[in-house]
Amino acid sequence: MPLIRNPKDFAAGLLFMAFGLAALVIARSYPLGTASRMGPGYFPRILGILLLGLGSLLSLSGCRSGGEPMSRWHWRPLSIVLLSVLVWGLAAQWLGLVVASLALVFVSSVASDEFGWREALLSGAIQAASMVAVFIYGLGVPLPVWPVFLGGGR
Amino acid sequence: MDLFGNLALGLGVAVTPLNLFYAFVGTLLGTLIGVLPGIGPVPTIAMLLPITYYLPPVSALIMLAGIYYGASYGGSTNAILVNIPGEISSVVTVLDGHQMARQGRAGAALCVSALGSFFAGYVATVVIAAFAPPLVELALKFDAAEYFSLMVLGLLSAVVLAHGSVLKAILMIILGLLLGIVGTDVESGMARFSFEAPELTDGIGFVGLAMGLFAFAEIAVNLEQKSGRHVFTENVTGLWMTWAEFKQVFPAILRGTALGTMLGILSGGGATLSAFASYTVEKKLAKDPSRFGKGAIEGVAGPESANNAGAQTSFIPLLRLGIPSNAVMALMVGALMIHNIQPGPQVMNKPPDLFWGLIVSMWIGNLMLVVLNLPLIGIWVKLLRVPYRLLYPAIVLICTVGSYTANNNVFEVWVAIAFGILGYIFAKLGCEPAPLLLGFILGPMLEENLRRALVLSRGDFTVFFRRPISLTMLLMAAALLILIVVPAIRKKREEVFVEES
Repeated sequence: MPLIRNPKDFAAGLLFMAFGLAALVIARSYPLGTASRMGPGYFPRILGILLLGLGSLLSLSGCRSGGEPMSRWHWRPLSIVLLSVLVWGLAAQWLGLVVASLALVFVSSVASDEFGWREALLSGAIQAASMVAVFIYGLGVPLPVWPVFLGGGR
Repeated sequence: MDLFGNLALGLGVAVTPLNLFYAFVGTLLGTLIGVLPGIGPVPTIAMLLPITYYLPPVSALIMLAGIYYGASYGGSTNAILVNIPGEISSVVTVLDGHQMARQGRAGAALCVSALGSFFAGYVATVVIAAFAPPLVELALKFDAAEYFSLMVLGLLSAVVLAHGSVLKAILMIILGLLLGIVGTDVESGMARFSFEAPELTDGIGFVGLAMGLFAFAEIAVNLEQKSGRHVFTENVTGLWMTWAEFKQVFPAILRGTALGTMLGILSGGGATLSAFASYTVEKKLAKDPSRFGKGAIEGVAGPESANNAGAQTSFIPLLRLGIPSNAVMALMVGALMIHNIQPGPQVMNKPPDLFWGLIVSMWIGNLMLVVLNLPLIGIWVKLLRVPYRLLYPAIVLICTVGSYTANNNVFEVWVAIAFGILGYIFAKLGCEPAPLLLGFILGPMLEENLRRALVLSRGDFTVFFRRPISLTMLLMAAALLILIVVPAIRKKREEVFVEES
């Protein structure tokens, strides 16, 4: 019989323990105070200890009782989608909402199996235009419409 | 003045053409923006707050209230069709509402959500009008210890929701609490877990966290499955329920309304807590609880009624005591302040037209919501009937821009990316994100009330057991925990038994 019979629970337990440990290490420097006058470190330490304790319990149970195996990890769609968000975040305040939105739609579309660059560009253009209408003209969000070095435009 | 006199006064204020117009505009704007994923009522109200400066106080409040209902309703539409909770109180609606949509019953889910909300709103408004004074006195009996115990009870009832491991759900709540207290400690002014980032001293943004955990991670998981579709609109033809469904949901709507009305007055997270509590009640009362999480119509009806009732009755502490019970109410306080009105007990007496005008306009706003939305849902559905390869980039874009506009800061976008990664890991490890979100919202409140209770008791932890209301709630929490844990143990044993035999 393998040692880890429920890999999902085992790994999740480790993850929670890591969070608990990180909280305890970071909160080390926060004053603890007393129960009647709790300092900023009191509550975080309670939570850190709970995460560490219950997390190890979860990992242990992952060794004892069986469960389904972990499904395959697909990092490609996630990375592409988050990359497109990153591009938007880097570009928005400099290249303006239109370019940033077009780039986001185009890059994130690549994650789909049915990607077509013509369609992605067209849908990106339509969406960029509606973003400008709703967020800039409708809600007055302070972002440039066009690249700042071309005047930004509002 | 008697109740009817008050209501007549309110009617006189709310039914003027101008105020009807603002109620209409508010409801329409709220729904429009609420249907867009990633923009909940809080940013919507925040963005439209400056506009109300140009309106008379009553009209401003009426319009803001309309935006609030509209956005809540739009959030439910989202939850059902796109599997993204537009706001935290529709997290529960996602569970069964989206499953119903997957089974082609989106029409019934949307309909029951609209009618449940309308009914709850109507009843809650009458309750506010009739019982506001005595109910506030009940809430006044609550001290820090009671609030702490109430929140513990609320959090534990959220555990019942997670249809996975109980232990995992509890751990997600605790992690949520930890994430919730990131930022400046109210009492000492110390920045906690902020990693020297000035943006983090205000805490992790709710919008970025929710976008990452729910939208980005969900999209990534959906893209793995080639046939995986996100929006379910194929069979949204009839927006009506069958008579059998109606008979099934009516008691759930009644119970949800009652629960929401009570919890909205008592607790900070009125709408959210009551939605979670109602789901728990419906699941426990159902003859076949295993249907829940797989498209049970009561699982939509109860929480949708409860969150609307809770949302409305949470106006009582605001208007009577000046205490905002949630972020939306805090914005309402801001709107009142703009007009030089100090919220508090005097609001009800000094300009009685303000209080009663708002009360009556709540009812009108709810009516408009149903009248506007049952026909308009067709339009939303048409908008959503777009292939997934075109739709998901649009969702990513709206969520990204929505995260940015929460604070007009790119930092919120980075937060969304971080929680997108974390959300994907959680999805792969079988950890439900909903309990984390609830813990995140209640984290600061829980710490504050724990602190206050212990200051008052001079560090004596038994204070939570010595106060009768607090003890009752803790006992209920313990009973709940035993109820959940025992069958889980039994099931585990059965699994082991099956494996060994």
